[in-house]
Amino acid sequence: MSPFDYERAIDASAAVARVSARPNAVFLGGGTNLVDHMRLGVARPELVVDVTRLPFARIEPLRDGGVRIGAGVRNSDLAADRTIRSRYPVLSQALLAGASGQLRNLATTAGNLLQRTRCAYFQDVTVPCNKREPGSGCSAMEGHNRDHAILGASAQCVAVHPSDMAVALVALDATVVVLGRQGERRIPIADFHRLPGDSPQRDSVLEHGELITAVELPASPVAAKSAYYKVRDRASYAFALVSVAAALQVSDGRVEEVRIAFGGIAHKPWRATRAEASLRGAPATDESYRRAAQAELADAKPLKHNAFKIPLARNTLRMLLRQLTAGAPT
Amino acid sequence: MKASITLRVDGEQRSLQLDTRTTLLDALREHLGATAAKKGCDHGQCGACTVLLDGRRVTTCLSLAVACDGATITTAAGLGRDGTLHPVQQAFLDHDALQCGYCTPGQICSAVGMLAEVEAGHPSFVTDGPTTAADLSDAEIRERMSGNLCRCGAYVNIVAAVRDAIRRGAMS
Repeated sequence: MSPFDYERAIDASAAVARVSARPNAVFLGGGTNLVDHMRLGVARPELVVDVTRLPFARIEPLRDGGVRIGAGVRNSDLAADRTIRSRYPVLSQALLAGASGQLRNLATTAGNLLQRTRCAYFQDVTVPCNKREPGSGCSAMEGHNRDHAILGASAQCVAVHPSDMAVALVALDATVVVLGRQGERRIPIADFHRLPGDSPQRDSVLEHGELITAVELPASPVAAKSAYYKVRDRASYAFALVSVAAALQVSDGRVEEVRIAFGGIAHKPWRATRAEASLRGAPATDESYRRAAQAELADAKPLKHNAFKIPLARNTLRMLLRQLTAGAPT
Repeated sequence: MKASITLRVDGEQRSLQLDTRTTLLDALREHLGATAAKKGCDHGQCGACTVLLDGRRVTTCLSLAVACDGATITTAAGLGRDGTLHPVQQAFLDHDALQCGYCTPGQICSAVGMLAEVEAGHPSFVTDGPTTAADLSDAEIRERMSGNLCRCGAYVNIVAAVRDAIRRGAMS
């Protein structure tokens, strides 16, 4: 690990100023991904600003009926929150599907959003990787790419985003609240993470020095009828091959409202806008769900080892929608 | 860069000077001689380094020691009282819930922390479920303990030990 200075932030604006002023400075949350990267040599910060003692550890109701989640709320506390469990069950389930009890006790809301891909080539500093070292090449493209992207990839990068929580937040139309030198800005979660394009080194639209202070969930009746399904190689404690976050409101046998996002298939949580458009107003039947899944995956491009993800994603979506339909009052 | 921190480890207040790069696990083992927490993968994947940090189970290999200044830490060595093993420790012995024993201190700290989470009403991915430990199914125990790997494969007896520890009132 390279040497670094450590500072404990007691004021958010001062922390933003400190990190903004040094190109090689980082914020430290729970550390479950960053400290690992520092040890591997993937991250070599000169200054680490610890933001875990800033007053961002609360979950509060918003006046418009939504919920504000502080950036420092630990994943385990968010998953256990009564309001989240009853009004946004997909979020609680997604959090509980990720990592382990020990890691969820450390990991923060903001840190979960900013965790980086688990692509083995990204984490191995001895091989080329455009995300880690722009311009060096992509080792996954012709390498072991079973876990990699089938949608939205570029010639530069085929990595996938590893978060479960972020997939649920995308389905819930959350907003990321960010503090920068110019003040606060609000970023819709669907625009927060990026597709790789020509700059795979950038996972999100966050500028250097910007600090996530909260994530806000809008009031959403359909969110109460939501669920998360994760397919992985082990029954627990593994990253997703494919996951689906969905919320479904059925009325008189027809789909009234629907929200769908996929995990494990792209460089960002994948909002399934085509599937949603195909479902709105359609009969709440397996045939509609089959067509919606077909539409969403129509442009999927498999790599050498991950073609299985295409039918897996389609089938997982169909199954979750059937489950939500069975559980929903019609 | 050097830093000075204070930790309360297994009931004892300890002050130490260390490099900011030192993880909590290395601070415990190499600086304070508290070797109950074990170094397995050193990447947060195996759970052998699990301790209770301010009462909650965490892996210590992914925390910078300097960030834990002022924390209270209980390792497996600090769970017993007055020469008596903690009920979870006794249950592990009675059920042969180990072979080589390297993952055991982490398994035990994890089980103690997990049972406290259950008592606090924390759900799991398996069910939204039970609010008391007595209702925990084997599937629940496995899910909630999945962050602790045992390469000897003593899982069957680990689940039995955790179940028995609940019967013995490990929660109280």
